[in-house]
Amino acid sequence: MSQASDFHFINKKRSNKLVQIKANWELYVLIIFPVAYFFIFKYMPMYGVQIAFKDFVPSQGIWGSAWIGFEHFQRFFDSYNFTQILKNTVFLSLLLLFIAFPIPIIIAIMLNQVAHHRIKRFIQTAIYAPYFISTVVLVGMVFVFLSPNSGLVNHIVVAFGGDPILFMAESEWFRPLYVFTEVWQNTGFASVIYLAALAGIDPHLHEAAVVDGASKWQRIRHIDLPGIAPTITILFILAIGNLMNIGFEKAFLMQTDINVDTSEIIPTYVYKMGIQRAEYSFSAAVGLFNALINLVLLIVVNRTVKRLNGTSLF
Amino acid sequence: MLSVKRKSNSDRWFDITNYTLLIGFTLMIIYPLYFIMIASFSDPNRIYEGDVWLLPRDITFEGYARIFRDSAIWIGYKNSILYAMLTAIIGTSLAIMAAYPLSRKDFYGRNIFMLFFVITLFFNGGLIPTYLLVRQLHLMDTIWAVVLLAAVDAFVIIIARTFFQSLPEELREAANIDGCTNMRYIWSFVLPLSKPIIAVLVLFAVVRQWNGFFDALIYLDDSNKYPLQLILRNILIQNQPTGSLVDDIQTALERQRISELIKYGVIIIAALPLLILYPFLQRYFVQGVFIGSVKG
Repeated sequence: MSQASDFHFINKKRSNKLVQIKANWELYVLIIFPVAYFFIFKYMPMYGVQIAFKDFVPSQGIWGSAWIGFEHFQRFFDSYNFTQILKNTVFLSLLLLFIAFPIPIIIAIMLNQVAHHRIKRFIQTAIYAPYFISTVVLVGMVFVFLSPNSGLVNHIVVAFGGDPILFMAESEWFRPLYVFTEVWQNTGFASVIYLAALAGIDPHLHEAAVVDGASKWQRIRHIDLPGIAPTITILFILAIGNLMNIGFEKAFLMQTDINVDTSEIIPTYVYKMGIQRAEYSFSAAVGLFNALINLVLLIVVNRTVKRLNGTSLF
Repeated sequence: MLSVKRKSNSDRWFDITNYTLLIGFTLMIIYPLYFIMIASFSDPNRIYEGDVWLLPRDITFEGYARIFRDSAIWIGYKNSILYAMLTAIIGTSLAIMAAYPLSRKDFYGRNIFMLFFVITLFFNGGLIPTYLLVRQLHLMDTIWAVVLLAAVDAFVIIIARTFFQSLPEELREAANIDGCTNMRYIWSFVLPLSKPIIAVLVLFAVVRQWNGFFDALIYLDDSNKYPLQLILRNILIQNQPTGSLVDDIQTALERQRISELIKYGVIIIAALPLLILYPFLQRYFVQGVFIGSVKG
């Protein structure tokens, strides 16, 4: 192709773009509003993250405050409760990953074996409901049920001859309660995706297996599980990427002065130091540290899984 | 689907175990909810003695009567409805304004715009920079801090865009030939065809705002602006039923028992709107998740 026609081609392409933009000018007017919203409420805070490396003084603003490098990070690593907080965060996350992550898969597989359509539907509707209960009400229910003198759970404990347990005042109960309420609230919702994946498995596979005399258990192991493995993988990667983003609200609401040695996790610590004690730069650094761990975990796990079985998020 | 066969022994045992475990699990999920409901109608002394299990005992409406007389709860209720409505209107409008252009193949720059939104799913400023921004914008102690921060996110935009992409291209071409402008096309064709996705977006926003408490906790000072969840937190978790709820009761013991009754009642009252919406929520939330996960 000659240079002249090349030039002409590019020129024409450019004018096409302009025609296209001009014809759809209203769409650009529309999208300006959400763009402005995201710029202000999502990107401006990202810009503000730099205070983690600064000695932020409100009167001098984000830009005007002096750079001090990694001092806040160093202070966090050196603080007496650093190990404790990190341990609490990681331990709680791993508990959630190993208990609350697999249960929806198991429930979905079990529900998928229920031949009776109405029973299946009823169970689904029932276990899905707690998803819409607010964290405040959920934690409120925990307090009410576990109340040492009037709570249902302690009535049962006493009925079996035990002594009432002060659940909310004993730090070893924080993690079991956190994980249990997570399972109680989210299993129904989380199982929906797996149920859809199971419904997408070719029924001929099951028919053929039945003809060959495979039992239900064998069909689950050799047809259902491999069939939903890609879905499990993707959700597993996402779960790892959110490992350190433990639901802050619940931990915060379940925290009492007495269980603080297990319930203090990075997000609650950020809240305490940042909002209550106004140490903005320091707590922004702690928050950033948490976000970085997440990002690294996401990338590492995504790569590992990709190498192992070819499924990946990006 | 499958031909009727005599079940093998192992399959029969499988079914028995499966049903038993599932029923047990379902009971574990719904019994606490059921208990709260019957307890909210029962005599608090009977609850205290552990007599309330399957049916309400010595039915009383005292808890509800006290809740209905309490102004803080009603102010909270009113505020929550207002915030949920504003969040739904603003959030849904913003989501559509972003998602519709992004769904159009002839929208030049769509990939860059899309990236601009999607990045925020993976990176965010975090609590403290957001808090400082709200202060800087002078939104502290205004309802706009609570409404705007929860309005919309990239996930919602992806869901809406996926829906708009499914609208027939021919319709727009025909409208275009007839000289219909983009705005008129959106107004008279896109929006009327988009009722299901609008329902999804509105319900997402309502649930998010109705159940949220944290933004209100850090951004609002004036208790007249508190949403219901914040009032509930004081009653349920901080154990301080506001004075007017129980201050006419003489003995401390009685006061404590009535407080328990009030707790059961407010849980029901707070969950009521979403329980009424539950049939819609169940349908549209699942739909929304699927639309999102196809592309997400």
